[in-house]
Amino acid sequence: MEHPSQPDGGGVQSARCRQCGESSGGELFCAHCGSLQRPATDYYVFFGLKRVLVLDTEDLQRKFYELSRRLHPDRFTWKSAIERQYSLEATAILNDGYRVLRDPLMRAEYVLKQEGFDIGEQRSKDVPPELLEEVFDLNMALEELRLGDEEAHGQIEEARNRFLAMRESIDKELETLYRRFDDTQDRGVLQQVRTVLNRRRYVRNLVNEVEKELAREGQPAQ
Amino acid sequence: MSQVFDIDFGSHRKPRIVGIDLGTTNSLVAFLDLTGPKIIPGADGDLLTPSIVSYAEDGSVIAGNAARRLLIDQSERTVYSVKRLMGKGISDVKDEVKFFPFRIADGSESVIRLQLGGRAVTPPEVSAQVLAELKRNAEAYLGEPVTQAVITVPAYFNDAQRQATKDAGRIAGLDVLRLVNEPTAASLAYGLDKRRNGVVAVYDLGGGTFDISILRLHDGIFEVLATNGDTHLGGDDIDNRLMHIAFEDIAAEWGEDISHNGEAVQTLRQAVIAAKERLSYVPVTRIEFAFRGKTYQREITQELFEGLIKDIVDRTLSPCRQCIADSRVSVEEIDEVVMVGGSTRIPMVRRAVAALFKTKPHTELNPDEVVALGAAVQAGILSGEVQDTLLLDVTPLSLGIETMGGVVSKLIHRNSTIPASATEAFTTAVDGQRNVLIHVVQGERELVKDCRSLARFELNDIAPLPAGAARIEVRFLIDANGILNVSARDVRTGKEQSIEVKPSYGLSEEQVEAMILESVENAEDDFRERQVREARVEADAILGATEKARANDAWVELSDEQRAKVTAAVNRLLMVYHSEDHLLIRAKIEELNEATIALAETMMNTAVRGALKGTKV
Ligand SMILES: Nc1ncnc2c1ncn2[C@@H]1O[C@H](COP(=O)(O)OP(=O)(O)OP(=O)(O)O)[C@@H](O)[C@H]1O
Ligand SMILES: [Mg+2]
Ligand SMILES: [Zn+2]
Repeated sequence: MEHPSQPDGGGVQSARCRQCGESSGGELFCAHCGSLQRPATDYYVFFGLKRVLVLDTEDLQRKFYELSRRLHPDRFTWKSAIERQYSLEATAILNDGYRVLRDPLMRAEYVLKQEGFDIGEQRSKDVPPELLEEVFDLNMALEELRLGDEEAHGQIEEARNRFLAMRESIDKELETLYRRFDDTQDRGVLQQVRTVLNRRRYVRNLVNEVEKELAREGQPAQ
Repeated sequence: MSQVFDIDFGSHRKPRIVGIDLGTTNSLVAFLDLTGPKIIPGADGDLLTPSIVSYAEDGSVIAGNAARRLLIDQSERTVYSVKRLMGKGISDVKDEVKFFPFRIADGSESVIRLQLGGRAVTPPEVSAQVLAELKRNAEAYLGEPVTQAVITVPAYFNDAQRQATKDAGRIAGLDVLRLVNEPTAASLAYGLDKRRNGVVAVYDLGGGTFDISILRLHDGIFEVLATNGDTHLGGDDIDNRLMHIAFEDIAAEWGEDISHNGEAVQTLRQAVIAAKERLSYVPVTRIEFAFRGKTYQREITQELFEGLIKDIVDRTLSPCRQCIADSRVSVEEIDEVVMVGGSTRIPMVRRAVAALFKTKPHTELNPDEVVALGAAVQAGILSGEVQDTLLLDVTPLSLGIETMGGVVSKLIHRNSTIPASATEAFTTAVDGQRNVLIHVVQGERELVKDCRSLARFELNDIAPLPAGAARIEVRFLIDANGILNVSARDVRTGKEQSIEVKPSYGLSEEQVEAMILESVENAEDDFRERQVREARVEADAILGATEKARANDAWVELSDEQRAKVTAAVNRLLMVYHSEDHLLIRAKIEELNEATIALAETMMNTAVRGALKGTKV
């Protein structure tokens, strides 16, 4: 698979200008007549980035601001209807893309999806086998807490701390995998990323659940 | 502001775009000149145009200051605070309408219809009259036609409320180039004036709505990080509290329930608002109300008042906390809090904000004007006059679709920078199915019934195929106005898929077009009639005031000559009162005005003496 790299960002869908019919030079603004072209929908192509999992978010923000200044509908008030439409589409892709790419997890999910991995369906239903025992104990403690067992409270706080530590080590693991993928562009690594991401999602849900329970407990009974 | 503005007026003139703050209580129109944004005054010199519209029996309509005078005499035909009804159905506003002196017509489920005499009008039509008044003021002031505008809306307005505002603009003959969020507009005026970089929160508590927004300012880019609010929280709610107390007192003292008498309600409302506003500056004041020879007085201390409104002030704080959490900045990182909206003059509000944000809030900008000034700056950005400045706003509410079991599947999350989009694939469930219905909602809750229904989209004419074989890609796009656009494509054929839109609230396109036509047809007649009527309303006001003044002690303190002058001016005004020439009526009003100057001064002195006596109780 080929991903053209454009240092300034702003990939387009077609090399021929929709306005003047000349070659647009593959730039967002036609090299010939300067009109805005239909933007590429792939976030990496759009931002002119190589398909890597580790990104410099400061650089990304700089690009985001720069492209916003050039593409935002505010800049197209007096332009043709078609250019206004492209500006709207381009800015939507810019904003959607920035939201996804600046977040390491969403970024990885995006790449997985683009590479044909199925990530949506089984989201967090299946318990990753290595967590089975942990989850079983937690559910017991939660049940006891609901039944009014004070001691369970300590267990749950402990569980939360364990999950938080787990999440941290998962993030480290992911980071390593990201770098490996960036170096090798190996699909096998993506397969591993997918597995670890699933585990992380599961742990995140556990943390949320535990924190909700602790917060509820903190509230005076109505 | 000029030193930070980079204004390019260019060689070829572009059409002028004005900025409008369409408020619950007051509306303003502003434009950008060489030195920065300026508010355009009305014919009477006032910068604020009351958002009040009166529909007369003869079919004519007046808006603004002239209509305010009719709130009492024509209470059942004079509409105020209509912004609170925009984009709503009757079931949304049941509690509120019991305070309104006008009737709600039948068939108000998806759009409220106000029954004003023989005529039923919708909130966008009423707002259009306010906008038309501002448009006329701007045209008179600038000496050129004004057809393009930026209009502000509360940041927390949903899709239907935004659409209703846009409809109002179109009915008024304005091309609404952009809806901009009120706190964001305020930050534009503020940021250009005071600060180039940093994190700023804008707290906007006006007459009807509350908004909080947190922004990052970065070399001319105003990036909204998060926003939150309540579109049904403001000064009106405070007024209703005080009204409630007064109704109860009066029922007890007079043995009479006046809450169904429009005239009494409006007179009392004005007394209550005046007292509330004074309380922002003095520790104790009095509600004073007279009706049909009876009087009601009640002392209100700041302490009592604060007890009364504490929960209203508190209700602004949890949106603030949520907004801080969503913006992913800590309270310490917020450099400043800018206060916007008339209700932020209340000391308790300022204290609460200072405590929550751990900083002294900025109050030096005029909270009534800053939103309109910002709207004018945004107009300048659109026209190209303001370069280097760009506003990146967010959608306040998550957008989702209904899935199995009435559960919401979120497609675009709240606080996403707009324009934002999401694409979702749909297919059929049974063989040969030709239509698919998509129910779109806005809100943060998990269940459809707890969210706001936005619209139902029907994909029509799907090619008959076995179940699950069709593949239709639907694209949901929220534009820079915060309004949803939906398009669909048949993935197999690549062709555009036809969609029928059924908005849950609001007017249909045909209805809006009919209203535009009607308003254009009536515009010319209306204009003449309105001017005559406005002149007469003013004449009524001054004649009434003079009549009252003659009963005042001050009248006898005047010289014979002064008294004769007043009487003669009154008679001359009465003689032209029924003429169709508004200029003539106005000239006589002016004469009477002149003639009563001495009387007014004498009365003022007496009043001051009286007031001083009054405070010594
Ligand atoms: N000194 C004051 N003390 C308390 N309240 C005040 C004072 N001055 C004005 N207000 C209140 O502020 C409100 C009007 O504020 P503002 O003009 O900012 O609202 P608006 O822009 O019309 O409404 P919104 O922004 O909610 O649509 C009214 O409720 C008014 O009574
Ligand atoms: Mg306001
Ligand atoms: Zn070209």
